[in-house]
Amino acid sequence: MSEYLVNIENERLSFFTPAGEVKALNGVSIHVGEGEVLGIVGESGSGKSVTAYSLMGLTAYPGRLIGGDLYFNGHHINEMTEKQMRKMRGNEVSIIFQDPMTSLNPVYTIGNQIREVILLHTDKTKKEAQERAIELLTLVGINEPKKRLKQYPHELSGGMRQRVMIAIALACEPKLLIADEPTTALDVTIQAQILELMMELKDKLGMAIIMITHDLGIVASTCERIAVMYAGNIVEYGTTDDIFYNPRHEYTKGLIRSIPRMDATEHTRLVPIEGTPVDMLNPPKGCKFASRCEKCMKICLTEMPPVTQFDEIHYTQCWLNQKAEMEEASPQSSGKEQAGSPAEPEQDPQIAEGGAANE
Amino acid sequence: MLKYIVKRLIIALITIFAVATLTFFLMNAVPGGPFQAEKSISAQARANLDAKYGLDKPLFQRYLTYMNDALHGDFSESLKQRGRSVISIITTKFPVSARVGGMAVLLSLIIGVPLGCIAALNRGKALDNVIIVLATCGIAIPGFVICTLLLYFIGAKLQWLPTYGLSSWKHYIMPVISIAVYPTAYITRLMRSSMLDVLGQDYMRTARAKGLSQSVSLFKHALRNAVIPVVTYVGPMLAYTITGSMIVEKIFTIPGLGSEFVSSALNRDYTVIMGTTIFLATLMVLVNVLVDIVYTIIDPRIKLK
Repeated sequence: MSEYLVNIENERLSFFTPAGEVKALNGVSIHVGEGEVLGIVGESGSGKSVTAYSLMGLTAYPGRLIGGDLYFNGHHINEMTEKQMRKMRGNEVSIIFQDPMTSLNPVYTIGNQIREVILLHTDKTKKEAQERAIELLTLVGINEPKKRLKQYPHELSGGMRQRVMIAIALACEPKLLIADEPTTALDVTIQAQILELMMELKDKLGMAIIMITHDLGIVASTCERIAVMYAGNIVEYGTTDDIFYNPRHEYTKGLIRSIPRMDATEHTRLVPIEGTPVDMLNPPKGCKFASRCEKCMKICLTEMPPVTQFDEIHYTQCWLNQKAEMEEASPQSSGKEQAGSPAEPEQDPQIAEGGAANE
Repeated sequence: MLKYIVKRLIIALITIFAVATLTFFLMNAVPGGPFQAEKSISAQARANLDAKYGLDKPLFQRYLTYMNDALHGDFSESLKQRGRSVISIITTKFPVSARVGGMAVLLSLIIGVPLGCIAALNRGKALDNVIIVLATCGIAIPGFVICTLLLYFIGAKLQWLPTYGLSSWKHYIMPVISIAVYPTAYITRLMRSSMLDVLGQDYMRTARAKGLSQSVSLFKHALRNAVIPVVTYVGPMLAYTITGSMIVEKIFTIPGLGSEFVSSALNRDYTVIMGTTIFLATLMVLVNVLVDIVYTIIDPRIKLK
C-alpha cells in the first residue's frame, strides 16, 4: 500500500453523543497518490471534513474511530500516539480551514503565527524563521511581507487572511494539503485567486491536495479524482471526466443537474435535489439516498447496495447500476464484479498512472 | 493613547464630583446628625457643637464650603473621632485593608484562573462537576459564615492560627481566605465559561492543526483570549476589596478602612462619610482606566480613542 501517500481503508467513525451513536463514516476508502488532487464533494454532514480531520488525528470529541485503517506517508495513523501525531501535523500534512476570518488568533501578529509553526517543526533560529516567513508571504502573493508580518489578523482582508493561512500550511512544505472548503467564505473573485494560487503552489512544491467542497465548479477546475459522499459513504468515485460526463449514481446526477448553466435561458429554473439529508442518528436501513432518489426500488429500502466497478477507478454504490451490471454480465462474472473493491492492491500502479495522465 | 488617558481622567474628575455631590445631599437627607444621639448633651452644648462644625448653616452653603475646602485638599476633621483628620484616618487604615485585600485578590486569581481552565478542559467530566459545585458554594455562602467557621474550627478548636489582629504572617491567613472565597469562585466560573467559548473557536483548531501541544495552545492561544472577562471583573473587584470588608475586619479585629465606611454612616460622621466615599470613587475610576489600558495590551483589536 505504500505507493499511496494517503490510504484510507474502510474507515468507520462514529460520534457518541448523549442522544446515541451517530455513524458519521460507514466504510470510507480513499487513496491519494503523491502530487495528486482529490476532490471530496457532498452536502453538509456527509462526512467530508470528518474523513480529512481523522487523517490528522483531529477528530472532535465525542467522535471515535471504530474501524478501518488509515495510512499516511508511511505512518499507520491508528497506532500513532498524540505526540507522534503532533510531529506530523503542520509538518507533513497541513490544513486550510473554511473561514479565514476566525481561523487566525486575533491577539497575535501574522508573523508570530507563521513563525510559530516553523520554529516548532524545524531547527531554524528566530531570525531564520523570520526570513522564511517573509519568503512564504511572498510565495502566497502578499506584498510588503515585512510590514504584514507585524500586522494583526483584523488588519487584513478575508482573502489576505486565507493567503496567510496557506502560508502557515505550507511553512514546512507538507506532502499533503487538506483544503476544507477553502473558498466558501470568500467572494467570487477572491475565490478564483485563491484556487489559482493553490494549484500554482501544488505544481511548484509537488504536494498532494485533498479538496473538500460542496462547490462542483471548484472540483471541476482543480481535481483529478472526485469522491462524492453522501451520509457517510462514498457513493461514487471516479476521474473528473467520469463524474461530470458519465455520472452513475442518482445523487451525483442530481448534483450535476443542480449546477446553474451558462447557456440556460432566463426562465429556466434550477433543479434541486428534493428532500432533506438523512437523520444520522436513525439512518435508514438500505441505501441512505433512497428516500430522495427518483428511481428508488424496493431493494434500495432494505439493503445497502454493493460496489459496482466500471473500470479501475470509476465505481458507484447503487442498486440501479448493480441491476444493469447483472443484466449485462453472465452470472459468474457478476459475483466477481461485486467483490472488486477500489482498494485492490494489484490495481494501484494503474491508478497512479491514470492520475498522472489526467494532469 | 495618552490623549485617551487624559480624556478619561477629566471624565473621572467629573464622576468624582458627581459622586461627592450626590453623597453630600443624600447623607444630609437622612434624619439625625452627628451629635443628636448622645442624650447627655444639653441643648446648648449641641448648638455650640453644631456651630463649631458649621452644621447650623444652610445646607447649600455647607456644601459650597465643603467642596471648596476639598478642592484645596482639606477634607477636615472627623466629627466623632476627636482630633483626627479624615486624611489621617484613610492613610493609616487604608494600607492595612489594602494589604489584606490585595493578597486576597492575588490568591483568587492564582486559584480561580487555573481552576476555571481545568474545569473547561474537563468539561462534563467528574472534575468539572466538582469544581462547579465548589464554585457555586463559594458564591452562595456568605462571607460572615466562612469567617465564623474558620474562626471556630481553625482558630478556636484546633488553635492552628491566631484569631485576631495582624501582628504576624499567620494572622493574615484566615482573613485573606475569607475575603478571597467569593472572588475565587466567581473568577472560576467566569474563566470556565469564557475558556469553553475560546476552546470552540476556529483558531484553536488551527493551533492543533499546526501540531502545537495542548499546553502551548492553551497557554499561548487560549488564555490570552479567555482572560478578558476576568479582567473586566477583577478591576472593580480590586477597588472594593482593597478598601476592606467591614465583616471580615470586625470578625478578625483588623484595624482597616472597611469598618470606617459602615461606622461613619451609622454615626452620621459626615466628613468621614464624604472622605471615604470620595476615596472609593477615585479608586474605582482609576481602576477602570487601568482596566481599559490592560485590554489594549491583551487584545490588539481594542483601540483607545
